[in-house]
Amino acid sequence: MTPIFPDLENKIILVTGASRGIGNAIAKTLAAQKAHVVFNYRSNEEQAMALKEELESLGASKVSALNFDVTDTERMKSELDSFIQENGNISGLVNNAGISKDQLVMRVKPEDIDSILNVNLKSAMVLTNHLSRNFLRAKDVSIVNMSSVVGLMGNASQTVYASSKAGLIGYTKSFAKELASRKIRCNAVCPGFIETQMTSELADKAKEEYLKAIPMGDFGSVEDVSNLVAFLLSQASGYITGEVIKVDGGLYI
Amino acid sequence: MEVQDKVIKIVSDATKVDAGNIKGETNFVDDLNLDSLDMVEMMMKMEEEFGVEIPEDKTEELKTINDVTNFLKANAN
Repeated sequence: MTPIFPDLENKIILVTGASRGIGNAIAKTLAAQKAHVVFNYRSNEEQAMALKEELESLGASKVSALNFDVTDTERMKSELDSFIQENGNISGLVNNAGISKDQLVMRVKPEDIDSILNVNLKSAMVLTNHLSRNFLRAKDVSIVNMSSVVGLMGNASQTVYASSKAGLIGYTKSFAKELASRKIRCNAVCPGFIETQMTSELADKAKEEYLKAIPMGDFGSVEDVSNLVAFLLSQASGYITGEVIKVDGGLYI
Repeated sequence: MEVQDKVIKIVSDATKVDAGNIKGETNFVDDLNLDSLDMVEMMMKMEEEFGVEIPEDKTEELKTINDVTNFLKANAN
């Protein structure tokens, strides 16, 4: 079931990390809203063009694929600047690009910390900050940062990942406060265990253990998350800002 | 229209302060009560109207109508 928010039609919304998983579902849900969906891709142009076609067939009013890596600041800025010049202001942003590398604290290398914080936290901050002038010119601006339930509750073997996701929550709340007077909203979404390629590769025993910890007794679907993101991007949530919403089946109550 | 008059008109439109009460020495913060975010927006309006880029670090030095007018004149294309 995909709820439809009519005000998202033609809204220019950028989703980072849309090639797979939750980001991919968000892009598809936004296509169904007839939004102008913008996504970035790093190197695989063929895959990007296939996604573009798919989003168009799902109903997107327009689809733009921008070629930049979120950690390549200069390229990211120039791609976004020329996009805005041609298409107008971006009024929706979903900072979704993220990586993880689960390991015990004694095995975490400083380089791992750099790369995870760079992709998950720093790039989202740099990108959002760069778009802030564009946001001041745009209408009905809504930013959604994809955090994680582990950013709230912590998780063994995920010290770095959880830190990056907790950091996004601090950024979300501060940004929301700073720009609330301009009606620019910023919220964070914290998915729990969501059925993706990553969870499908888990061993059955591990799956069972995880499911035991979830009061609703099931993994979430990517649509459970993308439906919430669509709501937060729409003015249907116009009075909600600086909020952190879990989509976790009760995992962290 | 003189650069100064145009600057005053933009500031007057944005702040709803009567143009007659805005002079060259009028200070954005002390006299017009603008905060830092208001200033960013004001400078964005100047950039759009005059087609002149005002670097972020320059904004802090532009405290009065005269400062802005002089900057725009010096950097006009």
